[in-house]
Amino acid sequence: MHFIVAFLLIQYAHTVMQSTDHASKWDNFFKYARIVVLSLTATYYIAGSPDWFGWIWNLALIGLVRFFNQNEDFKPVRSTAQSVLPFVGVSMLSDFFEQVFPKFYNSYDQFFQIGLSFAFIFCFVIWFYARKQQKVLTQEREERLREEQVAKETKLSLEYLVAERTQELTQQKEVLQKAIEELKATQNQLIQSEKMASLGELTAGIAHEIQNPLNFVNNFSEVSVELCQELEEEVDKVDIPNEDKDYIKGIIADLSQNQQKITHHGKRADSIVKGMLQHSRASSGEKEPVDVNALADEYMRLAYHGLRAKDKEFNAALVTEFDPRIGTVNVLPQDLGRVFLNLFTNAFYAVSEKKRSLTEAGQLGDYKPEVKISTRKFDNKLYIRVSDNGTGMPDHVKAKIFQPFFTTKPTGQGTGLGLSMSYDIITNGHGGVLEVDTVEGEKTEFRLTIPIN
Amino acid sequence: MKILVVDDEEDVKSLFEQKFRREIRAGQFEFSFAFSGEEALEFMQNHPSELVMILSDINMPGMSGIELLKRIRTDHPSAPPQVMMITAYGDSANHDQAMQLGANDFLTKPVNFNELKEKLLNII
Repeated sequence: MHFIVAFLLIQYAHTVMQSTDHASKWDNFFKYARIVVLSLTATYYIAGSPDWFGWIWNLALIGLVRFFNQNEDFKPVRSTAQSVLPFVGVSMLSDFFEQVFPKFYNSYDQFFQIGLSFAFIFCFVIWFYARKQQKVLTQEREERLREEQVAKETKLSLEYLVAERTQELTQQKEVLQKAIEELKATQNQLIQSEKMASLGELTAGIAHEIQNPLNFVNNFSEVSVELCQELEEEVDKVDIPNEDKDYIKGIIADLSQNQQKITHHGKRADSIVKGMLQHSRASSGEKEPVDVNALADEYMRLAYHGLRAKDKEFNAALVTEFDPRIGTVNVLPQDLGRVFLNLFTNAFYAVSEKKRSLTEAGQLGDYKPEVKISTRKFDNKLYIRVSDNGTGMPDHVKAKIFQPFFTTKPTGQGTGLGLSMSYDIITNGHGGVLEVDTVEGEKTEFRLTIPIN
Repeated sequence: MKILVVDDEEDVKSLFEQKFRREIRAGQFEFSFAFSGEEALEFMQNHPSELVMILSDINMPGMSGIELLKRIRTDHPSAPPQVMMITAYGDSANHDQAMQLGANDFLTKPVNFNELKEKLLNII
């Protein structure tokens, strides 16, 4: 009877344990436990079924239950395993009475046997019930596992879908971002050209309004000079003391000088106004085939010698990189010439200013002023670059250079119209682009792009 | 020689009088002034066949110099005066139009008075 209980308990525990996470860990233990049970049974029969052997069985069972109780891994079998305890208890009680009070035991032998049987049956009922419950649990667990598996798969596919959508969205976002950037750039260009156009018109309008009064100033001051001369002649005819005559002549000379100053500055203003009017001049002249390389070269020399005439000390290296494949291109030669003249004059001015300031600071070192022009033709476009290693420009200057009347030159040396006119000629006159790149204190580069058709 | 100067700027009067002081004194030129096209026509009505020369601005409020030129050429076909147009807009379109309508000469502002003087003296 003990053998059956022990064997089935081990069998049962093993089955339960197999469905838990610790199955493999205890496989060996169950193997040895079975061997022990079998060898105990064998020993019992070989020893001729002694009565005291029941104690060994009971102790072994109690040890087993105790072992299950103490080890955390056996939690699921614990309660069922404890169901052997009544059987062990009754068995020990009956053995105790059988040996200590044989008389008493013999007269109640049947009761003990019945108690033992009940305990034995109780064990099996419990086990049977536990097994059933175990089965239900296992089924539930399997179902849960299956559900988990399904959920996992769903989750995976969802995650894949989300990743796919995210990628799509990211791509779309990038495309949109690019489009926005392009739009912004175009808008800036539009604003810039619109600003230039309206400034040009405004400039021309102002110039016209100023021209007439300025003509009067110039004409009247001129005629006043003549009047002074006449007055001087008349004074000679009059008979007054020489002292008075000299005094009067002195005043006349001053007046005449003042009028000359007015004429001089009036002429200055006039040339500015003339420059402004060139803005509005409805594109005079026709486009004609021009050797752009030769044109650029001519104006480069013109600008250089213009500066040399004013400053004998000045010199700079003239570097030309002409693309001979350009040949002739249809442009407005006078206008384009004016652009070249402006760009070169500015470039030479920038390098001479840098040389001057370096000399003043005593840091001239091996600074070599250099002005460079390069031309290229490809993709039906003419690319011209005019660069110098002069003073460069800070950003706030760079932002304004194409506005009329903006100049960094000292009063009287620049009208501030050169680059604004150049911008007008390149963009409106030739449908091209005029851009600038500069590093303050190092260099400036103007880039002209003119479409050829 | 009687010359009518037509310009909406009144200072033109003193300018011409000063510029041509010697000639006026010598009796070579006699200037009259009108400050609009309408005034010029009225002047011509009152002084028929006296005028030898008309110097007219083109851009004037009211009747423009071109309009005035047209009227002179249609209203006074006999004993026509010489007409010289003076304008700040020296572009070819303006010039061609004036010449086509019968202007004898065309000057751009600012007026070069020495040149003008020579031209006037040549006409005498």
